[in-house]
Amino acid sequence: MESIINRINQQKFWSFHGGVHPPEQKTLTNQKPIKPLSLPEQLIIPLQQHIGRQGDLLVQVGDHVLKGQPLTKSTNPMAVPVHAPTSGTITAIKHSVIAHPSGLSELCIFLNVDHQDTWVERTPCNDVATLTNQEIVKKIADAGISGMGGAGFPTHIKVDTKPDINFLIINAAECEPYITADDLLMCEHSESIVDGIKILNKLLNPAFILIGIEDNKPKAIEALKKATAGIEKIHVCVVPTEYPAGGEKQLIQILTGKEIKSGTLPIKEGIIMQNVATCYAISEAILHDTPLIQRVVTVTGQALEKPQNVWALLGTPVHYLLSQCGFDNQGMEKTPVIMGGPMMGFSLPTDTVPVIKTTNCILAPSYKEMPSAFEGNSAEVECIRCGQCADVCPTNLLPQELQWSAKAKDYPQLNKLNLSDCIDCGACAYVCPSHIPLVQYYRIAKAEIRQQQQQELKAEKAKARFEARKQRLEKEKRARELKHKKAAEARKAAMNKATPEATEAKSAVAAALARVKAKKAANQKSPSSSAISAPVETTENQDNKKAQVAAAIARAKAKKQAKPAPEIDAKENAKVEPSNTDSKKAKIAAAVAKAKAKKSQEKAPIQGQEQNQEQTDSLSLADKKANAIAKAKAKALAKKQASSNNDSSTASDLTIASTAESEPAIDEKDAKKAAVIAKAKAKALAKKNKESNTDNKVSEKNTVNVEPRKVQNTSETSTINDTNNISDKDAKKAAIIAKAKAKALAKKKLATQSVSEEKTMHEQEKGAK
Amino acid sequence: MTLLIAILVFGLIAALFGALLGYASIRFKVDADPIVEQIDAILPQTQCGQCGYPGCKPYAQAVADGEAINKCAPGGEDTIKKIADLMGVEAEPLDESHEKDNRPKVAFIIEEDCIGCTKCIQACPVDAILGAAKQMHTIIADECTGCDLCVAPCPVDCIEMRVVPETTQNWLWDLNSIPVQQID
Ligand code: SF4
Ligand code: SF4
Ligand code: SF4
Ligand code: SF4
Repeated sequence: MESIINRINQQKFWSFHGGVHPPEQKTLTNQKPIKPLSLPEQLIIPLQQHIGRQGDLLVQVGDHVLKGQPLTKSTNPMAVPVHAPTSGTITAIKHSVIAHPSGLSELCIFLNVDHQDTWVERTPCNDVATLTNQEIVKKIADAGISGMGGAGFPTHIKVDTKPDINFLIINAAECEPYITADDLLMCEHSESIVDGIKILNKLLNPAFILIGIEDNKPKAIEALKKATAGIEKIHVCVVPTEYPAGGEKQLIQILTGKEIKSGTLPIKEGIIMQNVATCYAISEAILHDTPLIQRVVTVTGQALEKPQNVWALLGTPVHYLLSQCGFDNQGMEKTPVIMGGPMMGFSLPTDTVPVIKTTNCILAPSYKEMPSAFEGNSAEVECIRCGQCADVCPTNLLPQELQWSAKAKDYPQLNKLNLSDCIDCGACAYVCPSHIPLVQYYRIAKAEIRQQQQQELKAEKAKARFEARKQRLEKEKRARELKHKKAAEARKAAMNKATPEATEAKSAVAAALARVKAKKAANQKSPSSSAISAPVETTENQDNKKAQVAAAIARAKAKKQAKPAPEIDAKENAKVEPSNTDSKKAKIAAAVAKAKAKKSQEKAPIQGQEQNQEQTDSLSLADKKANAIAKAKAKALAKKQASSNNDSSTASDLTIASTAESEPAIDEKDAKKAAVIAKAKAKALAKKNKESNTDNKVSEKNTVNVEPRKVQNTSETSTINDTNNISDKDAKKAAIIAKAKAKALAKKKLATQSVSEEKTMHEQEKGAK
Repeated sequence: MTLLIAILVFGLIAALFGALLGYASIRFKVDADPIVEQIDAILPQTQCGQCGYPGCKPYAQAVADGEAINKCAPGGEDTIKKIADLMGVEAEPLDESHEKDNRPKVAFIIEEDCIGCTKCIQACPVDAILGAAKQMHTIIADECTGCDLCVAPCPVDCIEMRVVPETTQNWLWDLNSIPVQQID
C-alpha cells in the first residue's frame, strides 16, 4: 500500500486497457459560472430517481408543501426519499414520462410553484464531531442522497459498511465529452466538497483518500489542492485524460493498479468510490440540513445559444432548461435532445421529462455536430473484423464476438464472453469503422438476459410452490384418512368393549344381510346366470369411489331396517319370535321387529303400492346400477359370511332382506342423496344418543331436505321419517351395521372377489330355492 | 522363472489398476441428471395444464416417455427448441390448438365482486390466491404464474387475466442509440 502512495506522490499511475480520446467539447461550458435558474412554473418530481425502490407517498393532491419537505418516506433500505425542491401546491400525482430511454411513464408528483421559496425549518449543524456515525448515516438517508455520477445507488448504504477501508476514492474524473458539471462544482464549491469528504472520512475511516481528477481541469485541480492543503490523508491525483477513466473499475485501476475481478465489488478490495457531487450533497445535508433538491446540470450542445452549467431544481422539465439556455430548434420538426453525455446518454422521448438526481447533462446537438443523432442508425454496415473495438475496450472484452452472439441471441455464449462486465462505455461503438451501434446490441442482450434470469427465478419459485402445494394436499388427505380410521377404530373399540359378543353378532348380521340381498338380486334379475354375471362384472370394475357410494347406501339401508316392507306378514313376524339362537341377534331382531310391526300397522297399504311401482321400474338403467352396487355389497358380505355361522338363516335376516328389497328401486341419484343423509344421521345418532332431541331435529331437517326431491319415492321419505322413531339403541345398531358393511367393502380385494363371487352365486341359488 | 515373475508382476499391476479404477468410479461418480428433471428444468413452470397434463413435471415425464414436445403454450417456441435440442429431435411448431397470445399475464380479482367462495384457491396450482371463506380474495401477483386455471371456476366471473404492463424494470431496450461523431 505504501508503494501505491509512493507512486501517487510521484504522480505515476497505472493505466487501463484500451480507452479512446473523443473530442472533449468541454470548452462550450467550462469557462462560464454555474447559473442559478429562475423558478419554473411547475416541477415534475418522479418518486423514483435512483436504483432501488421508490418510497411511500407522504403527501396528497392539494397539499401545500415547503421547500425541503419530504414527499416520500423510505420504508426499505434500498429506497431513498424525495423532497419538495421549492414551496408550492401539489396539483397531481400521476404517471408521467420520466427520464428513461424507454419513454415509459412512472408515478410523479406535480408541484405548482408558489414563488415564495419558503424553507421548512432546518437545524444546521456546526460541528460534525458532535454527531455519531449512525446519526450521520441517517441524515444522509433522510436527505435522499443517491450516487450522482452513475446509476444512482443509495449513498447511505454505501457509506454504512463495516470492513476496513484502505482507499476512499473521490471520482472527479468526469471523462465523458461535453460534461463540465463536476468541474464547475469543484471550482466554485471546493470547500464544501472537502467538508463532505471529511464527513466520509469520519464515517469510513479509510487509510487513504484519493481524489481522481483528469488533467483537463486545471482550475478545479487548483481549487481542490488549495482546499485540501494541510490534510495528510487526502491526495489529489491528476490522471491523464482518457475516456473512460471515470469508470469505477477503470479509475481504481489507474489509481491503485488493482483490477476488480469480474462479478465482485470494489469493497472486497477495501475500496469505496464516491462522486464529487455526492460529497457536496453530503456536506449540504449534514452541515446545512439541506436535502438533495438541486444539482448542477450541464446544458450544452451547438443547438443552444448560451450553453451553460445551471443549478437545476430536481423536477425541472428539460424544455425549461433548454429555453433558459437559448435553444434553437434549427427549423426542424424534431431535434434530438440527449440526457447524459454523448457516449453513454440516451435520446429523450419528449422534452417534458424532468431533471432527476442522476441527470448531469442535457445535450442538444446541432445537425452538423451529430448528424447521426438526427438520422438514426442507417449507417450501419457489416463488421469487417478489424478488431479495433477489442483494442479500445476498457474491460478487455471482445466487442466483435459479443456483437455476433448478441445478434444471434446466444445468451450462454454472451455470458461466457463476460457481457455482464461491459460498462456500456461506448468506446467500441465509437471506433467501429462499420458504424455498428455495438452498445445498443449489448443493452438489448443485457435486458433480455436479465429478464430470462428473472423468469428462471420465477419458474423456480413456482415449481417450489407447486410442489409444496402438492405436499400439503397429500398431507391433508392423509390426515383426513387417519382421522376417519381413528374414529372408526374408536367406534369399534367402544362396541367391543360394551358387548363382547358384538363382533360375532355383527358378522352374523352382515352375513344375513348378504344372503338376503343375494336372494333379492336373484329374484329381481332374470334367473339366468348370464344376467347375474353381468352386474358382477361391473362390480369388478368398480373403483373405490363406487365402493364408497355403496357403503353410504348400505348405511342408508341400515336405517331402513326399521322400515316394514309389504311382504312382511304374520308369518315372517312369527319367525322372528322363535329365533333366539343368539341373545344378541335376538335383541336386534326384536328391535327391528318392533319397529316393523309398528310400521306395518301404519303404512302397509302405501308400501304395497310403492313396491309394485318399484318392481315395474326395476328394469331401468338406474336400477341396474343400483343392483350392481347391491351385488358388490353382497359379495363383500358373503365373504364375511364365510367366517360366520352358516346356519344363521334367522328371521332377522329375512327382515333385513325384505327391507333391502325396496333398495334397487331407488335410482342412483336418490340413493346418493339418501346415502349422504344417512351417513350424517348415523354419525349424529351414534355420537349423540343421549341428546335425542338434537337427533330428532337433525333427522327432521334431513327429511325436509329430502322430501321435495323424492316426489315419487315416498317409501324413502317414510323411511327417513321413521328414523325419528328409532330409539337410541337402534340407531347405534344401524350405525354399526353400516360401518361393518362399509369396512367389508373397503377391504374387498381382487383375490377374494372370485371366491366371494362363487359364494354369492351359491347364495343366490340357495335363495332362489 | 522369469516368465512366472513377469506374469506375477503384470497380474499385480492389472489388479492394482483395476482396484484403482473401481475405486475412482465409485468415488467420482457423477449423478446424471435424469432426463425428466432436465426437461422439467426447461419448462416454464406455469403449471397451467394447457399441455393436457396436471403440471409441468407430469408433462416432462410424458415427453420423456415419447409425448409430442410442442404442447407447452406458455413456453412457446423457445421451450420447444430447447427440448428438441435436449432430446435430439426435430423442433416442431407449437400445437395448433393453443392460442397464439402468450404474453406474460397475471390474474386479477375484481375484489368488489368476489363472494369468497374459495373456489379459485382450490384451482390455483401455486397457492397464489389469498382469502378465506366468505372473505374477499386477492391474487398475490408476484406468485401468479398466469396459468388461467382460476378463471373458469369463479362462479361470479370476477377473475380476469391482465397482461403484465411494461415498466422501466422489464423494458427491453428497443430504441435507437446515439452515435458519436468526430466533428471539425
Ligand atoms: S461498451 Fe462494453 S464492450 Fe464496448 S468498449 Fe465499452 S465495455 Fe467494452
Ligand atoms: S470495430 Fe466494428 S468492424 Fe471492427 S471488429 Fe469491432 S465490430 Fe467489427
Ligand atoms: S403447458 Fe403449462 S403445465 Fe404444461 S408444461 Fe407448459 S407451463 Fe407446464
Ligand atoms: S372464485 Fe371468484 S368469487 Fe369465489 S373466491 Fe375466488 S374470486 Fe371470489
